Amino acid sequence: MTKTNNIQSILSRILIYTLLIISAIYFLLPLFVMIITSLKDIDEIKNGNLLSLPKEITFAPWIEAWSEARIGSETSGIKPFFINSIIMTVPAVLISSIIGAFNGYVFSKWRFKGSEVFFSLLLFGCFIPFQVILLPMSQTMGYLGLSGSVGGLIFVHVVYGIAFTTLFFRNFYVSIPNELINAARIDGAGFFRIFFKILLPVSLPIFMVCIIWQMTQIWNEFLFGIIFSDADTQPVTVALNNLVNATSTVKKYNVDMAATLIAVAPTLLAYIISGKYFVKGLMAGAVK
Amino acid sequence: MKSKLNFLEHYLPKIVLAPTFLIMIIFIYGFIAWNFILSLTNSKLLPIYTFSGFKQYYALFDSGKWWLAMENLFIFSSLFISFCLAIGLLLAIFIDQKIKFEGFFRTIYLYPMALSFIATGTVWQWMLNPGLGLEKLLIDLGFSNFTFDWLVDSEMAIYTIIIAAVWQSCGFVMILLLAGLRGVNYEVVNAAKIDGASMPLIYWKIIIPQLGPVFFSSIIILLHIAIKTFDLVIAMTKGGPGFSTILPSMFMYDYSFARNKLAFGASSGMMMLFFVMIFVVPYLYIELRKKN
Repeated sequence: MTKTNNIQSILSRILIYTLLIISAIYFLLPLFVMIITSLKDIDEIKNGNLLSLPKEITFAPWIEAWSEARIGSETSGIKPFFINSIIMTVPAVLISSIIGAFNGYVFSKWRFKGSEVFFSLLLFGCFIPFQVILLPMSQTMGYLGLSGSVGGLIFVHVVYGIAFTTLFFRNFYVSIPNELINAARIDGAGFFRIFFKILLPVSLPIFMVCIIWQMTQIWNEFLFGIIFSDADTQPVTVALNNLVNATSTVKKYNVDMAATLIAVAPTLLAYIISGKYFVKGLMAGAVK
Repeated sequence: MKSKLNFLEHYLPKIVLAPTFLIMIIFIYGFIAWNFILSLTNSKLLPIYTFSGFKQYYALFDSGKWWLAMENLFIFSSLFISFCLAIGLLLAIFIDQKIKFEGFFRTIYLYPMALSFIATGTVWQWMLNPGLGLEKLLIDLGFSNFTFDWLVDSEMAIYTIIIAAVWQSCGFVMILLLAGLRGVNYEVVNAAKIDGASMPLIYWKIIIPQLGPVFFSSIIILLHIAIKTFDLVIAMTKGGPGFSTILPSMFMYDYSFARNKLAFGASSGMMMLFFVMIFVVPYLYIELRKKN
């Protein structure tokens, strides 16, 4: 390699890393602003600016956001709604993922006449704008006595999550060789035995993708939350929006930011801890 | 006994799928039909099932607010998709240069996806608010005449929503495109290098054209996000100032659940479905045909 080539390649390396770092700053800036704002008191916010670091770190906004801030008519903080979201998300994610796993198994390994058409019709369900089912759903929730309950929200999230979870598992199981399944069938293994002995043990990566995806979707969902819940069964997204828009005399940006950080903490942590698997899964799915 | 078991075994796959089949028929296709029927009535606060023709649709097409919402959706989706693709592609190309700490950068670019639109909207509303946000920061830095009040300017507010939406979604596009880049045929690329073609030219002429299918999927996914966007606007502008940032999703919500014009709301829901179908049905058709 000649000397000029060498310099050129060093320069292009520097350029690449500079741009990567600038981009990283752009992505991290809002998170940074949220964190420092949540640790300042309100006078410091008014006298300082977005990026000025807190002179005196205070956790009072966090305590207020968690258990004291006014949301609707109660001064309960975001805590009860955070709990609502947990009660809603955990069963909805598990049920929809398990149903998706079995569906994906049938759609990939037990195809029958019409199963491909059925799958295509189901796939369309991933794309419908929910506005087109909101009115019938709110009627149905009324008939079923589920209006305004966390159970009702779990129900809606399971119903409209199945299309996605089925897609994830079907695409994953398609890549597992049929020879394995056929050999097991010849040995007399039945439907469930094949699933539990052959497919389930290798399903961890796809369960990770599916669970992270469903958790993010359901925890962050707002539209169903605002329509199908009552004041005391609201998920955390709806409560956060109510807290931020509360008409009080002084706008408490620090409490807003602390509440926002609390509301995003579970999905953010899940992403940071297991995001590697999620990205791998996404990338594997994207090249198809 | 044996034959009974075989019989069960034979039908087991269908039995397992049966609940999903019922759910799909009722809650997707049945509800779409139900919503369509509602849109053909005169229902206000409660559903009334007396047929009144396409009246609601005529009213919808006469509504200036609906067209404003459609215009906003057009501005929003075209810019949102363009910026997400452009930034996503640049990031993917840079990350694909065999860099160190790839996982670290990827994690940073993708984390906004873990945040809800409500949270994204809340933080961007705080950063873009004219009093204490970015504007004050730049004034403090010495740009004393700097003004940035798009958030409260009815002409410009829609662009603040685009800024926040792009921040949230372009990392996702980067991941899709990065996966595409890793699947590119490098024999051609190496041959072009030997012929002395420059890297930008190679990207432009050889690599990017190979990403066609990934771009196509990304556009469909982004368009779908754009049409559904609701919470981001609620958190940032609530559709304001005035109605300047209203989108069809908010229009439908507003008429159906706040103004008690059920049938009118239902008709706007049908129109939203219609627009999604125009793009998604051909997409699904192509994708599924490819797989078979």
